[in-house]
Amino acid sequence: MNPLSEPRTPDLLYSETEDDLRAAVRALLADLGDPSRVAVRAEEGDLYDTDLWKALAADMGVAGLLVPEELGGQGASHREVAVVLEELGRAVAPAPYLTSAVVATEVLLGCDTGRAEVAHLLRELASGRRTAALVGRFAAGPDDVHLWPALDGSLAGVADAATADVLLVPTAGGLYAVERDGAGVSVVPQIPLDLTRPLAEVTLDGATGTLLAGADTTRAAVRRGLLAGAGLLASEQLGLAEWCLEETVRYTKERHQFNRPVGSFQALKHRMAQLWLEVVSSRAAARNAADTLAAGSPESPLAVALAQAYCGRVAVHAAEECVQLHGGIGMTWEHPAHLYLKRAKADSIAVGSSGAHREAVGRLVGLPVPG
Amino acid sequence: MTDAAELLTRTQELLAAHPPATTERTDFLKARFDAGLAWVHYPVGLGGLGAPRDLQAVVDAGLAAAGAPDNDPRRIGIGLGMAAPTILRYGTEEQKQRLLRPLWVGEEVWCQLFSEPGAGSDLAALGTRAVRDGDTWVVNGQKVWTSSAHLARWAILVTRTDPDQPKHRGMTYFVCDMTDPGVEVRPLRQITGEAEFNEVFLSDVRIPDTMRLGEVGEGWKVAQTTLMNERVSIGGARIPREGGMIGPVATTWRERPELRTHALHQRLLDLYVEAEVARLTGERLRQQLVAGQPGPEGSGMKLAFARLNQEISGLEVELRGEEGLLYDDWTMRRPELVDFTGRDAGYRYLRSKGNSIEGGTSEVLLNIVAERVLGLPAEPRTDKDVAWKDLAR
Repeated sequence: MNPLSEPRTPDLLYSETEDDLRAAVRALLADLGDPSRVAVRAEEGDLYDTDLWKALAADMGVAGLLVPEELGGQGASHREVAVVLEELGRAVAPAPYLTSAVVATEVLLGCDTGRAEVAHLLRELASGRRTAALVGRFAAGPDDVHLWPALDGSLAGVADAATADVLLVPTAGGLYAVERDGAGVSVVPQIPLDLTRPLAEVTLDGATGTLLAGADTTRAAVRRGLLAGAGLLASEQLGLAEWCLEETVRYTKERHQFNRPVGSFQALKHRMAQLWLEVVSSRAAARNAADTLAAGSPESPLAVALAQAYCGRVAVHAAEECVQLHGGIGMTWEHPAHLYLKRAKADSIAVGSSGAHREAVGRLVGLPVPG
Repeated sequence: MTDAAELLTRTQELLAAHPPATTERTDFLKARFDAGLAWVHYPVGLGGLGAPRDLQAVVDAGLAAAGAPDNDPRRIGIGLGMAAPTILRYGTEEQKQRLLRPLWVGEEVWCQLFSEPGAGSDLAALGTRAVRDGDTWVVNGQKVWTSSAHLARWAILVTRTDPDQPKHRGMTYFVCDMTDPGVEVRPLRQITGEAEFNEVFLSDVRIPDTMRLGEVGEGWKVAQTTLMNERVSIGGARIPREGGMIGPVATTWRERPELRTHALHQRLLDLYVEAEVARLTGERLRQQLVAGQPGPEGSGMKLAFARLNQEISGLEVELRGEEGLLYDDWTMRRPELVDFTGRDAGYRYLRSKGNSIEGGTSEVLLNIVAERVLGLPAEPRTDKDVAWKDLAR
């Protein structure tokens, strides 16, 4: 493929259906309360809000957006999933959506869905009754697929493993579904920087699992899952950045110092205007990734790498500006800004760092490393 | 209502009556204007048919397919993009009849006499004086950054007519005859060695009152129409991948492996990502416009491209290593168009410094985004209610 050719023009707008979906998810998240209670729940060791997951997954059906209707899903696409993730990002909502409804689901869709075990698990994930987590390092991106030598060993930094019902373990001998509560499985929570996305160390010692795919398809299926995960994470990052900007603008219009709203000082407003430009640009990059993934286009690896190389840094910048422009209140545990900062910073490492994705862009468009 | 089918018919009739192959270019353009196919959204008799603006594409495609000449819109951009909409909105019937046809055809080039040495970002502080003398106005002052002044037949001109009013009041807008003996045009040599722009000195220039646009004292309001159209005309076109400044530097990287370093590679990839995202942002804006949902993104695009052009061309100079120590040509020239790709990296580096200054500095644009898009409060102002003559300068 000529790296410069663009085989199709991506649709970068939102459809009416997508706008409706956004409104429904946003209303649901607003009903369930404000972000600051996330910190409280995290400290109480009860992070994942079962009410939230039930309402999102079971009642609204958004866990099955990527799954075809004949497998119990909604038969929608990455475009709709991206809209859900924007809203989850805006609310720093703690839900295993990215890990279960996107990455694990895409891995399964990359297997032979005619296999009863695969179809059965997809149905369960689509319904939201159960969740699954891919047992890989959360920091690893689509160009960094690692297979376990066998169903035996230990791996730290696995996202949402502690709350998942099923662990998807990619091994050199094939992909296995392992029950988290099964014999020989130990999942020990770690202390995450991002309180809204739990990490754990998974140890398998004499565990058994159900074979879902052979060695030949496992690597490609995992890569597919991580590609979708990376591309759609950009939409979560967009949502995070958007909230940070809106909240900062709102606050600096109200906060008075020197007998003026602090938002009237150019030193501050230029920073917010610059951030606005970055958010607007993130939207184009994230929509491009979602639309290209939805179309199954050969452009997806480039669109995903571009979106991740850009949107991750913007989310971090937005959260850092949010803390700084809020002044003292932005440093408190009480104000939700810290949740956004931690999520944004962790997201910038997750599913491939900005740097790794930037280097992928270089490979894909033919700008090689020196030497 | 004029629809696409009717416009196609009229286009075919024009082509039949004036075959491009055997018709002189200017004659064809005049015939096109008279057929109402110049700018279809303009009124009948003024080069248009009162049709929806987006139907222009139908006409343009039909004419391009037949190999018809165009009016070289880039060369007469100030006339088309700024003078014409202002004349259409504020001009008298006589002014429209006299001025619009030669403007569109390109027989009469236009320039813009707005900025002054003492009135750049703060355009409303301008001090070129126009004093009434019976049926004419006598104008004295200095304008600057005037492209095409040395080619222009006419100028759009904003003057100060009442210094006792606060600065936004007391201005009046004119069409100035550039052949008046009181008009002196001097090239303004710039950082690149060439002179795209001019300084224009106005000494007792006499402008008949019939060449005034809008009411006396309403010049600022009229100028807003001009400037709004300037912003509309920036951006909008679809850019292919690597279509901007990133293209030449990416090509150099691919073709010259001996120049590559790790430090430059990291910067190149950063800028490549940003350039591609800016291109997609422009594409999204275009799609919003086509869908009839214009967003505020347009105000940000100029900011993004100014910074990117500067950083990318700066990187390109460094990438060229020892060749970056050289410059292609310092000869003073008078280019008609800015050509970012026709010259070397050093030229691009220097010329793009203007991108964050011309058409609104990046600092002013950030204020505009902050106040109009984000709704942040304005800075307190000390100049609003002070007579122009009492302002600090």
